[in-house]
Amino acid sequence: MVAVTYHAPTSLDEAVALLSSSELPAKVLAGGTDLIIQMQKLVTEQRLIVDLKKIDGMQSATLSDEGLTLGPSLCCAKLTRRDDIKAVFPGLVEAAYLIGSSQVQGRASVGGNLCNASPAADTIPALIANRAVCQIVGKAGERSVPVESFVVGVGKNCLEPDEILKAIVIPHPGKATSDAYLRFIPRTEMDIAVASAGASISLDSDGICTDARVAIGAVAPTALVVEEAAQKLIGQPINEAALEAVSQAASDASAPISDRRGTAEFRRHVVGVLAKRAVMAAADRAKEK
Amino acid sequence: MSEARQFQHIGQRTIRPDGFDKVTGRANYGADFSLPGMVWGKILRSPYAHAKITKLDISKAEAHPGVLAVATHQDLPSVNAEAFAAGETAMDVLDLARNVLADQKVLYHGHAIAAVAAKTEAAAEAALDLIEIEYEVLTPVVTLDAAIAAGAPVLHEDMLTQGLDQPATEPSNIASRMELKKGDVEAGFKEADIIVERVYETPTVHQGYIEPHATVVRYDDKAPSLVWASTQGHFDVRAAVSKLLKMKLGQIKVIASEIGGGFGGKTTVYLEPVAMILSKKSGRPVKMVMSREEVFRASGPASASRSKVRIGAKQNGELVAMEASLHFEAGAFKGSPMGPGCMTIFTPYDVPNMYVEGFDVVLNKPKVAAYRAPGAPQAEFAAEMAMNELANKLDMDPIELRLKNAAKEGTQTIYGPKLKQVGLIECLEAAKQSPHYQSAIGDGCGRGLAAGFWFNIGGQSSVTLNLNPDGTGTIIEGSPDIGGSRASMQMMAAEVLGIEPSRLNPLVADTETLPYNQTTGGSRTTFATGMAVIEAAEDVVSQLKERAAALWNVTTEQVDYKNGVALNLAGDDQMTLAEICAAAEKTGGQISGRANVNARGAGPSFAVHLCDVKVDQETGKTDVVRYTAIQDAGKAIHPSYVEGQYQGGAVQGIGWALNEEYVYSDDGVMENAGFLDYRIPLASDLPEIETIIVEVPNAFHPFGVRGVGETGIVPPLGAVASAVSDAIDTPVTKIPCSPPHVLSMILNRD
Amino acid sequence: MKTHVETTINGETVECLIDPSSTLLGMLRNDLGMTGTKEGCGSGDCGACSVVMDGELVCSCLVLGVEASGAAIETIEGVADRDQLHVIQEKFLEHAALQCGICTPGLIVSTKALLAENPNPTEEEARYYLAGNLCRCTGYDKIIKAVMDAASAVQEA
Repeated sequence: MVAVTYHAPTSLDEAVALLSSSELPAKVLAGGTDLIIQMQKLVTEQRLIVDLKKIDGMQSATLSDEGLTLGPSLCCAKLTRRDDIKAVFPGLVEAAYLIGSSQVQGRASVGGNLCNASPAADTIPALIANRAVCQIVGKAGERSVPVESFVVGVGKNCLEPDEILKAIVIPHPGKATSDAYLRFIPRTEMDIAVASAGASISLDSDGICTDARVAIGAVAPTALVVEEAAQKLIGQPINEAALEAVSQAASDASAPISDRRGTAEFRRHVVGVLAKRAVMAAADRAKEK
Repeated sequence: MSEARQFQHIGQRTIRPDGFDKVTGRANYGADFSLPGMVWGKILRSPYAHAKITKLDISKAEAHPGVLAVATHQDLPSVNAEAFAAGETAMDVLDLARNVLADQKVLYHGHAIAAVAAKTEAAAEAALDLIEIEYEVLTPVVTLDAAIAAGAPVLHEDMLTQGLDQPATEPSNIASRMELKKGDVEAGFKEADIIVERVYETPTVHQGYIEPHATVVRYDDKAPSLVWASTQGHFDVRAAVSKLLKMKLGQIKVIASEIGGGFGGKTTVYLEPVAMILSKKSGRPVKMVMSREEVFRASGPASASRSKVRIGAKQNGELVAMEASLHFEAGAFKGSPMGPGCMTIFTPYDVPNMYVEGFDVVLNKPKVAAYRAPGAPQAEFAAEMAMNELANKLDMDPIELRLKNAAKEGTQTIYGPKLKQVGLIECLEAAKQSPHYQSAIGDGCGRGLAAGFWFNIGGQSSVTLNLNPDGTGTIIEGSPDIGGSRASMQMMAAEVLGIEPSRLNPLVADTETLPYNQTTGGSRTTFATGMAVIEAAEDVVSQLKERAAALWNVTTEQVDYKNGVALNLAGDDQMTLAEICAAAEKTGGQISGRANVNARGAGPSFAVHLCDVKVDQETGKTDVVRYTAIQDAGKAIHPSYVEGQYQGGAVQGIGWALNEEYVYSDDGVMENAGFLDYRIPLASDLPEIETIIVEVPNAFHPFGVRGVGETGIVPPLGAVASAVSDAIDTPVTKIPCSPPHVLSMILNRD
Repeated sequence: MKTHVETTINGETVECLIDPSSTLLGMLRNDLGMTGTKEGCGSGDCGACSVVMDGELVCSCLVLGVEASGAAIETIEGVADRDQLHVIQEKFLEHAALQCGICTPGLIVSTKALLAENPNPTEEEARYYLAGNLCRCTGYDKIIKAVMDAASAVQEA
């Protein structure tokens, strides 16, 4: 374990100042379920740890007619208990709920999952499907980045060393729109996604798809938006032909690797299956709204 | 000899005596112990799977102010190749010494090379960097085929294959070959109407105990050195440390901590000898605890295997010949359970012609250790899959096929003895009648089943039973309790003494308190230690009778003892056990019984498991939807703990069949050395595990006990894999049936 | 340099001086001598180190000791009331829901958290909630039976 200098600032300004002025390599701490494991691999190094959890707003979740403003450090256990948020964003909440075990849920956060930027992160395809926007604060001020641009590579996000993710803003989906997130794992819990898919579907009163957004995860260095899948859906009913097209588009868009969790062929095939199943689930939910 | 009789305490579901401590967190496991002045030891491990150590300089590490001692192989006295018993397997002392601390050559990624003691874990870890080491990297041998190929890099220059018809002249990676035969298989196959011949493969898997290896050692020059260890056999830990460090047995006191799982993996030593060296050199007690990653990389997993099996039968299902060639991976040093694999593979079947050949192969992976019926799951998986395919081809129910050929009393085994009374047929009949088998297979589901066999062992146990003046007492036994056996000891003693079990406190004593007790393994504890407990209790009963006789002024023959009460047959006096104890001082001193046994007559345990799975045909994901474990316990002393053994073995086997495997890079580095990617079953993965306890008493135990701990892991590999075969209509020949493998079989089927 | 931590464990205020890189698990076991909470993996994959922190079930190996400052921690040592076992502990013993017992403290703490959140779980809900608690000995069957029985017993009380 590294040698740690620990601070728990009570304001974003204080946090940004700590990050800007630190001589030691600095890391921000939310739930710690990724960071603490990573720190264990480093034996002789030193780190400044800036705990964000005492800052106002970092653990809040405000739902309004405009949408959801999510504090990045809110633990998933608390988020997934919010029935009001679940009613509007069932797919996002189910993605957050799938991260790790009940114990991990007690600490892990959507913001942490996003910033850790694993190619297999559960929340990212669901955030992308819901067109989330990341609000960032740093010494140069504030900026916003759409979530699909926030992650730039394997384990890499777009934050400068002095920047902090301040909030994740998700626009209200509106009537007859709902989302879903599915992942494939070999067991029933605990595993890192081998392939995943998030979808948001809008339907009109005849069941024709008026808007769609499909994202896939764990099959490329970052989660990907599958534009072609949306194109194949918009203007169509959600029928077998459309779903097969979605499946094919998702498989074609993927660029998976082979590793201890699955072969490339397996991932390519399964992400197609998940994409169509996620679209079906989102469409079923949209119908009910 | 056992009798069919009504028991007072045997067969009840008592609360285990060590239970309070376990549910409150008070029980002390390996890492829960500390001594004043204690320091921490950490190990430097090889980054290469196969290399010569060309430079090893510990001087900078030793000179560092934070470092209290450094240990290398040079600190071990030189030892000779010599076999010594460790649980169910034998170990070579020289190999053990070279495994514990590498001698000039590293043979697997993670192989221990040196160790450092420092005041904190972090300091010890950091100090490893001060050890200067250079390697000549050699080509790693990471697969069975690579190991046995002509011209393969050789791990041990002195390894000449034992057991060949023509003695080997060149070294190779095949440590030994074994052959067993019965009848004439070639003649047998000529009579066959149907033959099934396939090659089956199983991966390297780990026992998966949740508690990592841990020890605290305090070397002492003038008094016995103390070893606190999480182990299945503290007397064998003493023996190993004694042999490796050339210390006398009496110079070492080993206390067995409570143990957080072993399953065979804690029947050897990794840390204790190293900690002893560090303690001697530093003058401080030393604590060493493996990380989870170290447990995977550098303890002893179970052998991967390849089994070529050929079986033949007549059209009516009568088996005429069974033949197998088995390759077992031993890891870096010789000694896989190839032998038991060869002995058990066809033992569930009474067939006149059998031939089995086995090979023990070394390669650059950690040296394997025992895992619950070592060798049998791998070998019997192959036989059971072939049997199910045969049943399919004959259009015969797989239970009927087995009943037709089932081993029974008088069956000549391939490894020598004839079976005494056994319960395979009873288990098959119970399977046939079970609610599971009677139920329809669900939509999209497949059903499989398999039989299983394990010999079980007896061996040495010593017990003392001490009574207190108030009639309570202690049972002092020497078998580390890995599954609740103390409850059964309490019940067996109580049955003989005729008192409430809760009056006797069973405890597992250290190596100074009792003579040698064999390691907890081989499903021996309830059988052999139980036998010793019974004999010690009978010894107490004869003393109770003598004391009562003395008090009544009659002869011992005139005293009977029943249900906790001594009866004067020459009068109408009676005295309870407690009353006799109260008068012990007057009648010659305290009352204490003892027994030292080398138990013979361990009865084998047969099992049959049923499994239903549902396979998602689009992804290859397999879910177990129903599971029944049926096994012969002889006599279930504590039914809950017998059921627990059946369920635990079943779930380990389910994991082995579905998701567990060591994944290796081409360089011989394990890529999934943690519980995240080495996937053992979770509570949410499983249905209820239904159990049926069959009781065909073992005539050689006073209460009819058969060991049950191991057989239960044997059938699930075949039961699960044949259920998958059924669900996807394709014969499975390789496990684990992970989703990519199952999907590939689905997409490639004809 | 060591950091002073003041926290509440099982209702009692406790102080210690720890290395700031220590986990809560390390602080409990090594600095406070509370070895009831076990380490099975150190990476949040096995649940043996489960504790409740400010009302949430967590893996103590994934919490820094310094984060426990000002928090309320509940460990296995606080479940029984002196020698009066909690009904969950009693049911575990009755149902033989433990063999080696190493996973048991984590499972009991987790079961207590489950029943606090969901007093009447279905078997499936119980299995999924407890999925993060690995057991290698029992195959989970008797554990789940104990949990379901404890849920009924708590409801009846």
